[in-house]
Amino acid sequence: MHFVDDVSLWYKSIDMEILLQPWPWYVTGPLIALTMVLLIYFGKNFGMSNNLRTLCAIGGGGKFADFFKFDWKAERWNLTVLIGAIIGGFIAVTFMSDGSVIDLNPQTISDLGVLGFSDAGNTLVPSEIYSWESALSGTGLLILIGGGFLVGFGARYAGGCTSGHAISGLSNLQWPSLVAVIGFFIGGLVMTHFLFPLIFGS
Amino acid sequence: MKIIKFLFAGIFFGIVLVKSEAVSWYRIFEMFKFQSFHMYGIIGSAVVVGVIAIWVIKKTRVKSIEGQEIELSPKDKSIPRYLLGGIVFGLGWALAGACPGPMYILLGTGVMTMLLVIAGAILGTFVYGLLRDKLPH
Repeated sequence: MHFVDDVSLWYKSIDMEILLQPWPWYVTGPLIALTMVLLIYFGKNFGMSNNLRTLCAIGGGGKFADFFKFDWKAERWNLTVLIGAIIGGFIAVTFMSDGSVIDLNPQTISDLGVLGFSDAGNTLVPSEIYSWESALSGTGLLILIGGGFLVGFGARYAGGCTSGHAISGLSNLQWPSLVAVIGFFIGGLVMTHFLFPLIFGS
Repeated sequence: MKIIKFLFAGIFFGIVLVKSEAVSWYRIFEMFKFQSFHMYGIIGSAVVVGVIAIWVIKKTRVKSIEGQEIELSPKDKSIPRYLLGGIVFGLGWALAGACPGPMYILLGTGVMTMLLVIAGAILGTFVYGLLRDKLPH
């Protein structure tokens, strides 16, 4: 019983506030690596964008392209990770959040102000893009579906996304993954620095 | 219930990504503006720990939970597909502020319009499948 008492004392001594606040990068980075290690230990690979291909296969994509002709049932484990991720997102905001704002660089907030974004950091995503009102306006719809399209097309073309290349591939010292990550940054920098002023600037 | 462990791995991943703020559109913008170390710290420390972990896995030849050899398949050696595909992905990552993990996690946090991004991503994957033979790889 001593052990149980010790554990319960230890548990009570944790400042629960720390769990509710945002977690620092040096905690979350290693925990993301742990997710990858867990999946490797389960005999699988960490790669979220593969689910998009699986969803295409389930939807009958095999009738249109051989790329979607495969036994999607073998990918059920990854769809389960996906469902878990949705639940994890719900748990984190519902039970593990104190509503603190994102501690952005003041310069970032001011740059976003110039582009027409107010309240930067008060929510996870900007209402200027993600509110239903913005989403269902002509430009808004184009931004969300177009942004998703580029992510889906690019991830499959590059053979992986942030989890498959930036985390798993680099951890396995794969130089093709480094090329892909350099590509991610070229695209991201072009969008943020050159295209954002055209899309959002007035 | 062999599949339940994957559900827990996903829940863990979702919680960590929300608590890291890596699911935030603003954090992605800030990263591409080089205005904070936050995202670089997350990805960098994940890779450092990942490199060490995979080195240990290979060195100790540890078996998977089902007792099988762990195989980490190398990526194909090619430049165009990784660079071009990567650039397309990066454009979308910055615009939507979400990559293929966070788009589901954000749905769980209550951002229902993320369904439009997910629909776009499925469409993009489908179009890639149609054009695959015509693209340089």
